[in-house]
Amino acid sequence: MDKKGDVDEAYFQVVELRGFEKFCEGRPVEEMPNITTRICGVCPWNHHLASAKAADAVYNVDPPEAAKKIRELGYCAFFIHDHSTHFYALGGPDFIVGPGATPAERNVAGVLKKVGAEAGRTVLKALRYAHEIEEIVGGRAIHPVFAVPGGVSKPLSESDCGRIQEMAKFLLDYSKFTADIFEETVLKNKRHFDLVTDDTYRLKTFYMGMVDDDGKMNLYDGHLRVVDPEGARFAQFDPSEYLKHLSEHVESWTYLKFPYLKNVGWKGLVDGKNSGVYRVGPLARFNVADEITTPLAQAAYEKMFKILRKPAHETLAYHWARVIETLYASERLLELVQDPDVRNSKVRTVPTATPKEGIGAVEAPRGTLIHHYKTDREGILQSVNLIVATTHNHAGICISVKKAAQGLIRKGKVDDEILNMVEMAFRAYDPCLACATHTIPGRMPLEIDIHNPEKKLIKRMRRF
Amino acid sequence: MSQTKLKLAIGLGATCSGCDMAIIDLAEKLIDLFNAADVVYWPTASDQKLEELQRLPEGSVDLCFYHGSIVNEENREIAQLLRRKAKIMIAFGACACHGGVPGLANLTTTKELFTTVYKETLSTDNPEFKQPLPETAVGEYSLHLPGKFDTVQCLHDCVHVDYFLPGCPPEVPLVDKAIEAILTGKLPQKGATLAPDRILCDECPRKREEKKISKIYRILNTIPDQERCLLDQGIICLGPATRMGCGSKCINVNMPCRGCMGPTSKALDQGAKMIASLGSVLGLQGEEQMNEEQVKALIDEIKDPVGIFYMFTLPSSILNRKSIKK
Amino acid sequence: MAGRFEPYILGFLCNWCSYAGADLAGTSRIQYSPNLRIIRVMCSGRVDPRFVLAALKNGADGVLIAGCHPPSDCHYLTGNFKARRRYYLLLKLLDQLGIERERVRLEWISASEAEKFARVVNEFTEQIRALGPNPLKAS
Repeated sequence: MDKKGDVDEAYFQVVELRGFEKFCEGRPVEEMPNITTRICGVCPWNHHLASAKAADAVYNVDPPEAAKKIRELGYCAFFIHDHSTHFYALGGPDFIVGPGATPAERNVAGVLKKVGAEAGRTVLKALRYAHEIEEIVGGRAIHPVFAVPGGVSKPLSESDCGRIQEMAKFLLDYSKFTADIFEETVLKNKRHFDLVTDDTYRLKTFYMGMVDDDGKMNLYDGHLRVVDPEGARFAQFDPSEYLKHLSEHVESWTYLKFPYLKNVGWKGLVDGKNSGVYRVGPLARFNVADEITTPLAQAAYEKMFKILRKPAHETLAYHWARVIETLYASERLLELVQDPDVRNSKVRTVPTATPKEGIGAVEAPRGTLIHHYKTDREGILQSVNLIVATTHNHAGICISVKKAAQGLIRKGKVDDEILNMVEMAFRAYDPCLACATHTIPGRMPLEIDIHNPEKKLIKRMRRF
Repeated sequence: MSQTKLKLAIGLGATCSGCDMAIIDLAEKLIDLFNAADVVYWPTASDQKLEELQRLPEGSVDLCFYHGSIVNEENREIAQLLRRKAKIMIAFGACACHGGVPGLANLTTTKELFTTVYKETLSTDNPEFKQPLPETAVGEYSLHLPGKFDTVQCLHDCVHVDYFLPGCPPEVPLVDKAIEAILTGKLPQKGATLAPDRILCDECPRKREEKKISKIYRILNTIPDQERCLLDQGIICLGPATRMGCGSKCINVNMPCRGCMGPTSKALDQGAKMIASLGSVLGLQGEEQMNEEQVKALIDEIKDPVGIFYMFTLPSSILNRKSIKK
Repeated sequence: MAGRFEPYILGFLCNWCSYAGADLAGTSRIQYSPNLRIIRVMCSGRVDPRFVLAALKNGADGVLIAGCHPPSDCHYLTGNFKARRRYYLLLKLLDQLGIERERVRLEWISASEAEKFARVVNEFTEQIRALGPNPLKAS
């Protein structure tokens, strides 16, 4: 802090490393979809599928259509589960219970109390249904096992599809219900809505997300598109070309690296058109895509961009985009389970090529995820490179935290509510630090050390 | 009334948070849990800070679930703090019980890890090889980072553990049963694992025949029969070396077990048990006429024993890490 | 104390063949290195890989497993086949765990092969002596 008691600098340090990129060397590539899910138990499905796609590419094998759709079907159920967990248990409580509520209330128990018993049961039932669909498709919900190089390990039976369809209908209603809650607690709540549009939480960065051949948002497969802070298209490339566009910068005060746009350059932790800092995730996906392919989500997407211009820079609008994506995922889930392709029993293409190298990418709930593998001739891994969603957002998170801290902490006043509002700056990203340093997750190990102008530590507040 | 509610802490080390999700996925039963217990500390999903935990009297927390492994000093300190505050400490999940998948870092060292992660990975732009440091001076400030241990440890390497709940993560029915046992005061004797002490094969629904496996298949180059035992079909499945209790969910989608529940109490070392089991069932037609080279060639078809047999349990195994020449 | 490194070698000898062969070496007064400590098991197939790992963990510099000759000498018919399969798999594991595979040795020694037994023990002792102490002892 400076002499006035205002924030001079804020650092977001990620304090752990587990080292998947190293200890996966020597492992057979077909084990990777199961090993890499352990990078993150909140978002294992994106690792499972990005890994399977990388392994497909290593063996140059194209899974049958049914397999791709089954993978995407399970993925949609997972998206609903993950986004809902974040909205109701991780980031959402800030809005649902309110940023000023006590820590003891600012959690899922507090949310369940606030929305009421019946609504609470609806949410929990949705989590249970999503979990069950994930199990039918993936074997297990947390750490699925079904994706193999060349396809999936088990086809869906008619009765599997029947059960999934029942649950998918409920999940669609539930997504609409969640959108309503967001409307009530944020859009119609002046204090909360003002927070969303407040400059404290605004960052003008580039954005990256996955789109299909028609430029519409796709979570499972497609091209990576980058737009600049004004929304103009900056680049569009196949994920296998990512090294031409993305680099990672290192600082010694954090275990997490900083990806940036190679063709703009690393200019430090600043936003703007001249800085290579970019963001990923729900808001970014909406900013880069031309359209959402499902009707209800598309309508909500258009409504959001009538209120916030496109591209939207309001970090707290990540929550909004996340709720709309939940709607998209449930519509897409219903679409897929009703597709006859998904009942086809041919779900595996056995690889025949000699394995070598492959890159697989998906859109994780938190943003673009890239797995890059190099193997020997027997498919044993020699080198692994992972760029994980929250890593792409690391620079953005740092800048957001600093901006929020500077905007909210004035004249040395720091209390629980203010600290919480600083935390809201990064919770909006739904950061998964387990993923990010291929490290440990879920919680924000944020420590704010407040030094007076004489550099003496006067207060330490920890989020963990 | 708060005074009859249990005080519950859910602590974590180096975790992927799948174990947190296993608790959240209790779904409607979460309401029952919150009715019976007050969560006094749960960094993933609740906002109480470390200071509040530190202020609680020793032994005042009725129950602590601890998930994740110990990879740095901070993890160890928090595990020890929670042990002091809690009456009952349960190692929750594979990482706390056995070390987990990140235990594979015991095949390398922190130095090698840093070299790969911060220098050699293809997208990293770091020509001066900047690495995470315990102290970094930035402007007038000094930023501190906890160092990483070379060897990943399980919870019981650091503190005394009362019960073990294995699985990666423990499946919801197992978690549910464990919580029920706690709430009804029906926990077994201390030191017990809260899952049956028999192997997965006892639970697996597939048909087993006399085993004589003459060729090893990797799951990627074969489409297995959906009814027969996977090991019978030459696919390495860790069932014989793994504790049951998970519902054989992986087997149900035609994927072989990879041992996330850890070994039974009789096996102790999962890899050794798997080698013993494979030794019993591998057999070539006419092995009697085979010479040493031919037998060796069959065994060579098994790729990456340490990665497959110790995927979840390397830190808790007998040798526990790779010996690195200084 | 100066002096050369004396390997500590643990041996698992099967009752029917190898242990008898070792006995014969003894009664025949054949000289061999005293570095081998023998544990008698009923069959080489009884040797659980965890015995070998535990021996290494506890500081044994070498482990010898000795059994009856395949294909037909095993008293229990197929115990030695199992021992052989486990042995090769264990060696692959040791490679990955940074322990020299030469520290673990499988030999077929019949009840009449006293000379072979002595030769194996002498050879193995010198081989381990050249390799040096078990690397796990330093940690």
